[in-house]
Amino acid sequence: MKKLVMMACVLLVVSVLAGCGNSSNAGENGEVYVFNWGEYIDPATLDMFEEETGIKVVYDEFETNEIMYPRVAAGASKYDVICPSDYMIHKMIANDMLQEINFDHIPNAKANIGAQYYEQAKEFDPNNSYCVPYCWGTVGILYNKTMVSDPVTSWSILWNEKYKDNILMQDSVRDAFMVALKLNGFSMNSLNEEELQIAKNSLIEQAPLVQAKVVDQVRDKMIGGEAALGVIYSGEAIFTQRENPDLEYVIPEEGTNVWIDGWVIPKNAPNVENAEKFIDFMCRDDIALLNFMYITYASPNTGAKALIDDDELRASKMDYLDEETREELEEFVDIVRDSQIAFPDLSQYDNLETFIYLGEDGDALYNQLWKEVNSAYGE
Amino acid sequence: MIRQILRKTYIALIFIFLYAPIATLVVLSFNNSKTRAKWGGFTLKWYQELFQNEEIMQALWNTLAIASISAVTATLIGTIACISIQSMKKRNRAIVMGITNIPMLNAEIVTGISLMLLFISVGAHFGFTTILLSHITFNIPYVILNVMPRMKQLNPSTYESALDLGASPLQAFFKITFPDLLPGILSGFLMAFTMSLDDFIITYFTKGPGVHTLSTKIYTEVRKGIKPEMYSLSTIIFVTVIILLLLVNYSPKEKKPKTQSKKG
Amino acid sequence: MSKKLLSVPYLFWSALFIIVPLLMVFYYGLTDKSGAFTLANIAAIASPEHSKALWAAVRLSLISTVICLLLAYPLAMILCNMKVNHSSFTVVIFILPMWMNFLLRTLAWQSLLEKTGVINSILGALHLPPLQIINTSNAVILGMVYNFLPFMVLPIYNVLVKIDANITNAARDLGANEVQTFFKVILPLSVPGMISGITMVFVPALTTFVISNILGGGKILLIGNVIEQEFTQAYNWNLGSGLSIVLMLFIIFNMVITAVTDKDGEVSIL
Repeated sequence: MKKLVMMACVLLVVSVLAGCGNSSNAGENGEVYVFNWGEYIDPATLDMFEEETGIKVVYDEFETNEIMYPRVAAGASKYDVICPSDYMIHKMIANDMLQEINFDHIPNAKANIGAQYYEQAKEFDPNNSYCVPYCWGTVGILYNKTMVSDPVTSWSILWNEKYKDNILMQDSVRDAFMVALKLNGFSMNSLNEEELQIAKNSLIEQAPLVQAKVVDQVRDKMIGGEAALGVIYSGEAIFTQRENPDLEYVIPEEGTNVWIDGWVIPKNAPNVENAEKFIDFMCRDDIALLNFMYITYASPNTGAKALIDDDELRASKMDYLDEETREELEEFVDIVRDSQIAFPDLSQYDNLETFIYLGEDGDALYNQLWKEVNSAYGE
Repeated sequence: MIRQILRKTYIALIFIFLYAPIATLVVLSFNNSKTRAKWGGFTLKWYQELFQNEEIMQALWNTLAIASISAVTATLIGTIACISIQSMKKRNRAIVMGITNIPMLNAEIVTGISLMLLFISVGAHFGFTTILLSHITFNIPYVILNVMPRMKQLNPSTYESALDLGASPLQAFFKITFPDLLPGILSGFLMAFTMSLDDFIITYFTKGPGVHTLSTKIYTEVRKGIKPEMYSLSTIIFVTVIILLLLVNYSPKEKKPKTQSKKG
Repeated sequence: MSKKLLSVPYLFWSALFIIVPLLMVFYYGLTDKSGAFTLANIAAIASPEHSKALWAAVRLSLISTVICLLLAYPLAMILCNMKVNHSSFTVVIFILPMWMNFLLRTLAWQSLLEKTGVINSILGALHLPPLQIINTSNAVILGMVYNFLPFMVLPIYNVLVKIDANITNAARDLGANEVQTFFKVILPLSVPGMISGITMVFVPALTTFVISNILGGGKILLIGNVIEQEFTQAYNWNLGSGLSIVLMLFIIFNMVITAVTDKDGEVSIL
């Protein structure tokens, strides 16, 4: 009994002591509230930003676009900068949740981001007025060479009985339907009920073969050899290959999703000026390169690409790096300079598309079909 | 004799069941590889890096502060409420206990969402305070559910005889009732503290930007694999608790002769 | 009189943070997106996906509750019979695992159960067939039992430890054997603890979505997962609230049944 009392007391004392260590202070030039994907930025660049501008970064992370949306839409949290993907940016524009970005305040976005990415972004942001591209890539199949004997060229390998219990699927509605729609030769932005039913049935047919539906854990599972095949974002491919050389990334011949994640400023942002400074900072060539190295997702930043290609320029511009980081950077640059995964030549692929928002009814339809698919998993 | 062996075996088996995952986490904290899928050799570097990781440390402080404040508040409110509930008429008691059970009966996500709706509707600033209020709310029932069974087993006549013998109600409570309730109160407190430490869902819905507890911090990391620093932090917390426990358990007893030398 | 006042802080608190938010859930559950009254969100439970998810959750949580009860009762009895000196220490030992974060512990089971995980590596080294329960409902049951077992042990222990030794001694003196004493005396007296335990295990197991996500590989869809997805992904709070109401009614219904079997005669929901 006494022991329980003491235990309780000790706990309290420890906690109170711990609580005293708690301190937080705003930066001299205010704060900026950033809402980004998990592990989607090099924390060192956040420190650099704080140091250079005196603005404190309050940083928050989300897992999928679908999870981000209600948090912002409900108004529970007000953010200054968010980094959603294409179709979600489209949806936020449609629902009047974003404000137009003043590009005059973000010179680096004009100077450094490649024109072709703005062109691509027009699919969901027709006037290029709401979004500054941050990362881009494709979705493909990551497979383990030691576990897959057939050539991997088509989405159909994910329906091959031979790999039962060795397949990882994406656990988000648009990505899953993208695979099934492309498999059947349809557009991944289809709203045709018949096509969607076919896609749904394909997914239901595939369900018994799937080991797990994952968003987050495809990386760990593929590295560990838990599964032979997985649907994965191209940015993860470089990371996973570094950890396990048996892995290979393929863009299937039926085509796939070419996505863009971009910075946007919501309508209710309390610190617009700081948001602009933040976006501008992230568009700086050296910062973009540091982020590219950290997250291994391809950057639309042509300045960063120039730094990769030009050793001297890189050395002079990034002389502030410490020895360890510089070595890491050189190693990384050697890996990605000619990497087909980091900088794919998309002209050799057919049927590439970018997601667009399908409207409220479209969303509802996809959600309903997705629920029916989910219900078919398990036993 | 056989019975003793059976008992010990049974306890040992449950013990293994409960501690196997924890052993796994401890082992992972020494893993010199960024992903849990690969064993990259033994290292202590995650322990070093942990203390330089401001975000994790901040989340730790938040977690501890919220757990202790909410558990104390809930224990106070809950215990006091129990005394009153016991003296209520049957029907009122049923109603109050019914309300008490709501947070337990509800899906945690509903409790979380409903609190979020409340906070939005009053325009509250989401952050530390909203998490704290929510934690107190879901902690009170744990206290009441631990104290009430004790309350029911109380023998009212001892309390009454204390009053008859001239004790004031307050005296009678602290001398008679309270000691009998104490085990329930303490296990209620410990449970509340533990539940608060462990909560993820309700915190997730009532937290604001940039404020993390360990649970929400871990959840954001789940997507790309847990950072090994998190394993080392859990190991440290765990070892700390065990050491505290041992210290408390083997601390010198009050009635020990004074001649006994001090031992650490 | 003054005793009644003692409940004021609690009543105030529960009105503000339990009742009002709950009314909001009811408001959302009984309206559609435009705010008009509808029962469609409640009726939605009848659709095949939703009812399948509800029954899956009921099945898994019932199995877990029974397993927890069977594991916990003997454990609580053994703990009670240990020397007083050791017992509180031992009890704490059994809730100690909860001090490791819930998400981390559940993830650790993944590492243990995986195809290439710890258990299978050991089995492989012993030339035994591999254990294939990861990403199945069995793994989810295991996760539930693991996470909620302490909730069953504690209340039962708390009641057992309070049973006066004189009562059991009296039963023995009056000629009851050990088994009779257990069934006629100890078991009935421990019913309140068991009911607390059953509630504390059954409800979180029924409504969980994290365990099924992590150990079920995202393939085991429980009612908790459906509600979670409506709130956090589909952004359909009306449907999510409607299903929550159904879930709540379902739990209350079950608890009333439990309460009826409570010989204590308490009218409380528990």
